Amino acid sequence: MDNNTKTIGAAVVVGGGIAGMQASLDLASSGIKVYLVETKPSIGGVMAQLDKTFPTNDCAMCTMAPRLVEISSHKNIELISLAEVESVKGEAGNFTVTVKKRPRYVDEKKCTGCGSCLAVCPVGKAKAAQDGKERKIKPIPDEYNEGLSTRPAVSIPFPQAIPNKAFIDNRYCLYINGGKCGNCKKACKADAIEFDQKEQIFELNVGAIMVTPGYELFDIGSKPEYGSGKFENVLTALRFERILSASGPYQGKVLRPSDKKIPKKLAFIQCVGSRDHERDYCSAVCCMYATKEALIAKEHLGDQLEIDILYMDIRAYGKGFEEYYQRAQKLGVNYIRCRVPDIEEKPDTKNLVIHYLSENDKKVTREYDMIILSTGLLAPKSAKQISSTLGITLNEYNFCNTGPFTPVNSSREGIFVAGPFTEPKDVPETVIQASGAASKALSLLCGSRGTLIKEKEYPSEKDITGQEARIGVFICHCGKNIGGVANVPEVVKYASTLPSVVHAEDNLYMCSSDAIDKIKQKIEEHHLNRVVVASCTPRTHEPLFKNTIREAGLNEYLFEMANIREHCTWAHMHEPEAATKKAKGLVQMAVAKSKLLEPLYRQFVPINQDCLVIGGGIAGMTAAKEVADKGFLVHLVEKEAQLGGNARKLHYLIDGANPQDYLNDLIKTVNNHENIRVHTASPIESLNGSIGKFKTVINNAGNKQEIEHGAVILATGGIEHKPSEYMYGKNKRVMTQLELEDKLVNDPKFKAPECVVMIQCVESRNDDRPYCSRICCASAVKNALKIKEKYPDAGVYVLYRDMRTFGFLEGYYTKARQKGIVFSIYDKDRKPELIESKNGNLTVRYFDSTMQENIEIDSDYVVLSTPVIPRPENKELASLLKVPLDQNKFFLEAHIKLRPVDFATDGIFLCGLAHYPKSIKDSIAQAGAAAARASTILSKKFIETEGAISVVDEAKCIGCGTCVNVCPYNAPALEEVTVTVEEVTYKTKKSRINPAACKGCGSCAAACPAGAITAQHFSSREIREVIDAFDKGVRGVSIEKSIVEVMV
Amino acid sequence: MSAEALATSATQTNAWEPKIIAFCCNWCSYGGADSAGMGRFQQPASARIIRVMCSGRIDPLHVFNAFLEGADAVLVTGCHIGDCHYVNGNDKTKIKYKYLENVVHELGIEKERLQLNWISASEGEKFANFIRDVTAQIKKLGPSPLKPEGVA
Repeated sequence: MDNNTKTIGAAVVVGGGIAGMQASLDLASSGIKVYLVETKPSIGGVMAQLDKTFPTNDCAMCTMAPRLVEISSHKNIELISLAEVESVKGEAGNFTVTVKKRPRYVDEKKCTGCGSCLAVCPVGKAKAAQDGKERKIKPIPDEYNEGLSTRPAVSIPFPQAIPNKAFIDNRYCLYINGGKCGNCKKACKADAIEFDQKEQIFELNVGAIMVTPGYELFDIGSKPEYGSGKFENVLTALRFERILSASGPYQGKVLRPSDKKIPKKLAFIQCVGSRDHERDYCSAVCCMYATKEALIAKEHLGDQLEIDILYMDIRAYGKGFEEYYQRAQKLGVNYIRCRVPDIEEKPDTKNLVIHYLSENDKKVTREYDMIILSTGLLAPKSAKQISSTLGITLNEYNFCNTGPFTPVNSSREGIFVAGPFTEPKDVPETVIQASGAASKALSLLCGSRGTLIKEKEYPSEKDITGQEARIGVFICHCGKNIGGVANVPEVVKYASTLPSVVHAEDNLYMCSSDAIDKIKQKIEEHHLNRVVVASCTPRTHEPLFKNTIREAGLNEYLFEMANIREHCTWAHMHEPEAATKKAKGLVQMAVAKSKLLEPLYRQFVPINQDCLVIGGGIAGMTAAKEVADKGFLVHLVEKEAQLGGNARKLHYLIDGANPQDYLNDLIKTVNNHENIRVHTASPIESLNGSIGKFKTVINNAGNKQEIEHGAVILATGGIEHKPSEYMYGKNKRVMTQLELEDKLVNDPKFKAPECVVMIQCVESRNDDRPYCSRICCASAVKNALKIKEKYPDAGVYVLYRDMRTFGFLEGYYTKARQKGIVFSIYDKDRKPELIESKNGNLTVRYFDSTMQENIEIDSDYVVLSTPVIPRPENKELASLLKVPLDQNKFFLEAHIKLRPVDFATDGIFLCGLAHYPKSIKDSIAQAGAAAARASTILSKKFIETEGAISVVDEAKCIGCGTCVNVCPYNAPALEEVTVTVEEVTYKTKKSRINPAACKGCGSCAAACPAGAITAQHFSSREIREVIDAFDKGVRGVSIEKSIVEVMV
Repeated sequence: MSAEALATSATQTNAWEPKIIAFCCNWCSYGGADSAGMGRFQQPASARIIRVMCSGRIDPLHVFNAFLEGADAVLVTGCHIGDCHYVNGNDKTKIKYKYLENVVHELGIEKERLQLNWISASEGEKFANFIRDVTAQIKKLGPSPLKPEGVA
């Protein structure tokens, strides 16, 4: 687009799964107004349905819920649920997007998400047809539980749903379909039900479009050989995931659906709906999710459960995957390489029988209680419609087309894509791609950043220093959720008798806008300087009330919440007296704490807006370019004399693209970019500081230079391992894949071979180096195809353990086999041997497990697929940057799933081979992601710190450094100070906590042996006061008496 | 009434409710308690939750405070190991807890009265069961031996 045209500082994100959420947050945090358009009633996508995530078995919802909340409370994100994009006009930088929003039949502003309507909907109580008789009201399968339970016609998809608002499904609602019901409208005390809502069509003016519609799972209805979904105990893996989940249909008990009995024998069948004739691609995630579900099921049931995973290749290619697979094997999960032609159901027991040929060609029959089908990922159903609406092209399987060096660009300028819509992929790769896509949009819209976002204005804050506490207590009925169990007026009465409480009142819904106004009014009227709200969980509602008191001129930290819904009336529904008593107790504890609350302030730490990129390979250069494109100055530091890194050794990619052209262009761009300063032959001497204010010294042949910068991107790469076995280095005809590639292109002496043997997993996936290097299988296929292209008569053999050609790489594996390249399996414990005869000829001998015999191949060249290994200097660099390494000595990101390019330490980001082995395409995507993440910091002039952080009382601090060791964020540091006590002056060390780095977890306060650290807002004094308040009042006779009188 | 007699009468009438203080971390176990409520998993009204941002914040002194203030049981809860929102706060809790457990035991407080549990935000039923189990255990044991006599 023309540089003179003004771009629009807004973007629309289509699809609110994990990719859409990440892209929205990155854009919105960098000053772009975001419209997040989601077709379902809630955002969250498939990840919201997952119980755990591989390879750490983290609880999926626990890691995701904070993000959901962040989206819902982000001032620059407008969430448009139940909506679709109708049409797109305009061009990159200035699109007009027409959106159609379906009716929710619930006023989102009024609905408090209390759930009263759900309980009264008759459809929710409908039972399935019995004795062949159809019932009038049919049950609705609950989509969240994959149809394993039912739901009412008015529902909230799952407890953490965002928006947390009820939704009436017009397909099932009795009232909307001409019936008489209307129960929900009667039950809704907030008057939020609106049966007459209509579809809305409106236009959005945006500069960029992010497309993240996710994927569809293969429908087992089209698999008659596996029962077409009619066998009760044959489940898709997602259904099984719901069974495993504590929030699932059986509360996390592993039961089989037909008789709700505990299964004893269970099998997973892999590659259902992928790697077949119709879909010649690998679904990329199923091996790992099957392993995960097997592990969780084992965790639930222990050794009494026998699990077989029936597979073709176990594709454990990502970070931590191979180790995870090894762990599953150790814990007794059986992996059996076979293909399962069909499943039979035993009519009496509903057990399932399968037959297969074992690896050594024997017929095997097995019976299971339950079979899980690992169904593949398909392009979303809406792919074709999206393609025509947005004008972007799809590949043969309806996934979105992207280029080898442009992993997040669609075929239309200004429209970026991420997630499984481009290729099946797991959560971290989705998150990486989403941040990468956000980076592209941020570059495009860099001129209009910050033009459409709102900064909220608050009244000036009241000074409360020296004032006695004047506490206001506001108690919520939450419709009937609290008030229907506990006696709220009694709790109000009780609260008003508590010390320092000057006002107490109740309201039907404390979070409704009229109640919010009332709180503000009462703060004025009674000169309140502390506010307690007793209602639901602070995890969802605290931000709202904090904002309320801020709007009334109080510091937001002068607020405390008592959770009398989740922790009280919902947990003690049938004990009104006990619940009332507990509610009083909870209010009393909150009041006790609130008395001690002090105003806290978020600090605004000015930041340096320059960025340091360490490493001048593809990842580093891409990251530098992407950050520079957003208008920030970048220092690109490379210790070698030349830019380019590993990519200099790559001459062709598997899809035929030329990486040298790309590399040369990139080097040229980086060298000529007005915002990039390239420092080659400049190793780093020192790196100090923290987010927003780093200082780095580089050393160019004795010439030292200090660079100040606000963020760091680490892209130091990795190296190809040079093996010690298979006569490598001793026989010239033994070489690594990179060396072969170089010879094929550059070596005029390279003789046309008659036969080439490639050996996979050389010195990797073993005890010394347990990880899978991810790219070697594809490299072998690529080079094997190249040999065949150049020398069609050459025989090429690939000896492998598992072919890990995930995603669309599978197509090249198929092509290689069609071209006559022979792929043979070897076993880890019977590695191939290399024999050199006296005349120097090479023979590879290996044990073929299918034929059960030794095979010898005379070979002209033996090519070793060796892993990418971490750089030896990583250790030094890690201690310089104070960031951790993983067990394989690659850099360890903050969270393997949701923060794949961040470090736990703020302001430092990671991409490329320094993180883990990966392809050029993946490195480019990750470099973009790191650039987007860095720009969320650099685009601000200040960093706003957390208010409730820990502080050190220097008089008490003994400078022991315990806090420094305990803190995972490097917030405390020991600083030399001079202390003068009476006549003695001495030098000592005292700890100081950097407010910009502290996250307020309070670990240092608990660890400090001198009691010198206060975790503000959770201080020991406050905690002690809360403990002290437990049941105090209930014991106090006078207070109880007054209530008894009121009651009588 | 002596603590023993109180315990006996409490077991007989079953009216005595123990006083249980549960320290919960904001991100997991507090969420687990929320999920227990959302799932309507019923539990005795004996526990009061004190929210901290991370289980790593829980100072052994807080636990002693709770016992001295008459708690019949103190529960230390957090995210599952590996799930900590603050990278490794719960690992530190685990280390501190080992030491704490010994000291509390040395003081003559039964081991049931101090318990550690990792509960994720989705494990509502687990949270409710935990409270139910602990309450039942403590009801059997009777009031804390540290309790001032005659105070219920």
